[in-house]
Amino acid sequence: MKLSAQWIRDFVDLAVDDQRLAQDLTAVGVAVESISGSGADCVFEMEIGTNRPDAMNHYGVAREAAAIYDLPLKQLSVARSPSAAQASPTGAFPIAVEEPALCPRFSARVIRGTDIKPSPREIAHRLQLLDQRPISNAVDATNYVLWQMGKPTHVFDMDLLEGRRLIIRPAKNGEKLKTLDGVERTLTAEDLVVADAKRPVGLAGVMGGFDTMITDKTKNILIESAWWDPLTVRKTARRHGIHTDASHRFERGADFESTVPSCDLVAELILSSGGGELIGDVIDVVSNKLDQAPIILRLSEVHRVLGGNLKTVEIFRILKKLGFGLIPEGQAGIEFEVRIPSWRLDVEREIDLIEEIARMHGYDKFENTLPAYSGAVVEPPNAAMDKALLQRALALGYNEAISLSFISHEDAETFSAATVLELENPLSAEASVMRTTMVPGMLGMLAWNLNRDLDDVRLLEMGHVYEMRDGDRVEPARLCLGATASAVRAEISPESAIDISSAGANSPSARENRGKDGAARPQVAEEFRCFKGDVENLLSAVAHDELTFDRQTAEYFHPGRSARVLMDGMPVAQFGQIAESVKNERKLRRDLYLAEFDLDQLHARGLRRMVYQALARFPAVERDFSFVFSDDVEFLAMWRAVRALRIAQVRDFKPVEIFRGGSIAAGKYSILLRMRLQSDEATLRDELIAHWSEKIVGALRQLGGVQRA
Amino acid sequence: MAYTVPKLADYSAAALTSAAAECVRECAREANRVRTVAELKAFRDRWLARKGGVLTQINDLWLKNAPKEAKREAGMGVNQLKARIQEIVASAIAPPVEPALARCETVDRVDVSLPGIRRPIGAEHPVMRASREMCAVFQRLGFSIAEGPVVETDYYNFEALNFPPNHPARDTQDTLFIAGQQSKPQRERLLLRTHTSPVQIRTMEKMRPPIRIVIPGTVHRNDPPDASHSPMFHQIEGLAVDRNITFGNLKGTLDHTMKEFFGSSVKTSFRPSFFPFTEPSAEMYVSCFICGGSGNRESGPCRPCKQTGWIEILGCGMVDPNVFEFVKDNGYDPKKISGFAFGMGADRIALLKYGVDDIQLFFQGDVRFLRQWA
Repeated sequence: MKLSAQWIRDFVDLAVDDQRLAQDLTAVGVAVESISGSGADCVFEMEIGTNRPDAMNHYGVAREAAAIYDLPLKQLSVARSPSAAQASPTGAFPIAVEEPALCPRFSARVIRGTDIKPSPREIAHRLQLLDQRPISNAVDATNYVLWQMGKPTHVFDMDLLEGRRLIIRPAKNGEKLKTLDGVERTLTAEDLVVADAKRPVGLAGVMGGFDTMITDKTKNILIESAWWDPLTVRKTARRHGIHTDASHRFERGADFESTVPSCDLVAELILSSGGGELIGDVIDVVSNKLDQAPIILRLSEVHRVLGGNLKTVEIFRILKKLGFGLIPEGQAGIEFEVRIPSWRLDVEREIDLIEEIARMHGYDKFENTLPAYSGAVVEPPNAAMDKALLQRALALGYNEAISLSFISHEDAETFSAATVLELENPLSAEASVMRTTMVPGMLGMLAWNLNRDLDDVRLLEMGHVYEMRDGDRVEPARLCLGATASAVRAEISPESAIDISSAGANSPSARENRGKDGAARPQVAEEFRCFKGDVENLLSAVAHDELTFDRQTAEYFHPGRSARVLMDGMPVAQFGQIAESVKNERKLRRDLYLAEFDLDQLHARGLRRMVYQALARFPAVERDFSFVFSDDVEFLAMWRAVRALRIAQVRDFKPVEIFRGGSIAAGKYSILLRMRLQSDEATLRDELIAHWSEKIVGALRQLGGVQRA
Repeated sequence: MAYTVPKLADYSAAALTSAAAECVRECAREANRVRTVAELKAFRDRWLARKGGVLTQINDLWLKNAPKEAKREAGMGVNQLKARIQEIVASAIAPPVEPALARCETVDRVDVSLPGIRRPIGAEHPVMRASREMCAVFQRLGFSIAEGPVVETDYYNFEALNFPPNHPARDTQDTLFIAGQQSKPQRERLLLRTHTSPVQIRTMEKMRPPIRIVIPGTVHRNDPPDASHSPMFHQIEGLAVDRNITFGNLKGTLDHTMKEFFGSSVKTSFRPSFFPFTEPSAEMYVSCFICGGSGNRESGPCRPCKQTGWIEILGCGMVDPNVFEFVKDNGYDPKKISGFAFGMGADRIALLKYGVDDIQLFFQGDVRFLRQWA
């Protein structure tokens, strides 16, 4: 909103320059965002809060300036104004208000025999400064008054009003009105209109009618200045998608006492430029006086809220300068009754007065103090686990990333089975539902990098997904890891340690060692195992007894290279390579790995308790076994077979080498297994080790394994 | 010819001084000749060794043989000499260059100027980093973290925060609504929270005063993406309620936290503003931590503060009594308690703090960007 500095100065004799004025206004909450032009053409770009319609005009800002500098504020000159006593509800033009609650006051003026022509230069210039287009002296007069004192008014060509009367009434459903902007609008019974005997001629408080507007031929004018119910104006403006300077002010609350002066001001401007004569007294239909009850202001409350010790004289000065009336009441100096000026509909409570005092005194003048506090500081229940998981992921080289919470319907269907929360007013079709899964977001971010030739990418995202469950919305917490195959491959080659005592079984790594053509692709199995290692490293932060893995993963994962993770039998995550179909559909140039964790499940379990375990006092012994197995025997079977022997001294049992091709027949593979044995009581004797080795070899043979020399 | 300790002809002060000077000169000369670590050790041993070192010899030859009447004088002279020699020996160093090369000629060596092979470390997201850091500052002041849902009801996002239905202030929020809610009463209709402020109400419903909470969270608005807007962004909200919380407390708390976060030299300034749920309401500015508040940098005008020397950081105010009315039954009687609240954009703070010029960079997952915080 633009205002002219010179115009503000019409009403208060300011000694400060425009820069300083802008700063000081900003400091009291009537913010000047920027200044352009200089001298008489200096324009302030204003930012005025929605609660301050009174300051959205030059006189209102001048009032603030007068209060800041403690200067007198000039009266708005209304030369032709008759005294209020002369105002009459009948007068020169009959007005019937059928909805007094929605139109508590309607003032009007009649001018006859005027000429419509361009506005005088100074009027036109001032409007142009504010980016307002001059139209004609009569229309410009209403516009000028709006910017001068903030009161919207309207002018009708009186000869075009049928039946020589105006009726303020609800529109009829389906009734038509062509508004000033040339749009024909279909009204509803919720719209309030100004109508003549036959039809609506204005959308109350929003925009006048096209058919009754001022034209070159206009001679006789009816000036309207009403006070409209803010909510009605707002609803009508929204319903019809119109936002005007008038509706902006009416829906925030105009000055109830300004209907007559604004009428007079418009009349004065028209008469002085176009001539003609004022007919009769001002018409003023007040059907419902606006109630602005006085407010009790207690000094104790001022101090309770603001702190510090504001002097009573300063409080008095501020309120008076802003137009508030003050009556000492009760015990002198403790409590006051404050009368609210008609232009301050936003001031309804004691706290509103306190704000006026604080802002005019100057926020920065209040002393900075720190409050005492007796409460405790608590962390959210899941903060420790989230932090632990984040730290682990960062340490593993994953960069924390954030993707938008919106996805497309298609992605929601492809990547989850949840019931979506759909947006009423989405930004685009690609962002039309709340994400039910983090997968599309992660894939999008990985693809962004691939499309920029960045192949070494590891990302993690922690956040929520959104879905409807049993008629209510839920926001499950998720963690998602994503990595390009080359990033996974670049990981330090893992020792692939499989701790038989606690970590549980690992899925076989050897099985997927061949590409489509059957050629050996040893790195695929290694990739999968590296990525699986990251998943295990995260999950080892969580309290559990046993981790197991099966192949029940979603369809967007590669069927042979993905696994579901069960923690003590409960699914908590799925991970693996992204399916070829997804890769092709999204035109991804590289293989991608992805892991999704159900954080709610992990939160419920809590962090692993850290407990010391005594260090072994006796040396460990390692034994290797080389076997050939059929492809359908997975490592899990070997691990289970060894565990079933219940040899407490077996501390570790893991594959160290897997080999296919060469001398190994098709459909079989060679595996080198390493066992670590250790006792807490003694150094292990050779006979015992031999005995256990024999049992293990036997168990592996039972699985169809053939021991190699 | 290496220096040998001469016998003193007589114990006159002059003889002693000249012998001492000679000794210091020789020691310094030998010190300059030291080239290797081995030579340094030999030099040190020659002069300081307790058995047969030069100083020990001087002790024996000059002091023990001194006549009784000259002992005092000689003792002082020898002590001074000792100190001087020790100084010279201590400052003698083995010059590294040539001898070091020589040392390595025979052993395996690596090019230590080759860059290290670094295992990748992941980085915290800059917005999360800024948010966690800011929350930590408040936690040190006794604020606890609180959280709440992203998909909110009209009641928590608007009504209980003193945005009545159809209030113009709702227009400023560009709300994204959940579809299919028309059949519900307005207050139950779902929307994406436009600010983290609903968590104020949710927390006050659960906890009685006094409370101090800081609320980090994701919010959404119907803002098409550009360099400074994103339909999804992050806020950090705060609320303190107790008996006797004042506007001065609000200012003091925020002034302290901003100094902790941006550096102790920043100043804060508060300007009147309007938010339905606070009164009085304010916008807080910090003096520009980029140009130091001058509005200009060596490279030209300071853009982050638009040459004003001040940067708007957050909105705040005293909790509006109308807000307390919604949770009055849980001990929030506006006649007895008061409070302050504030809210800031974590993304904006990260943009400012790290000098990022496009908010979209935060949501692309581009590793070239993310790795900068590793």
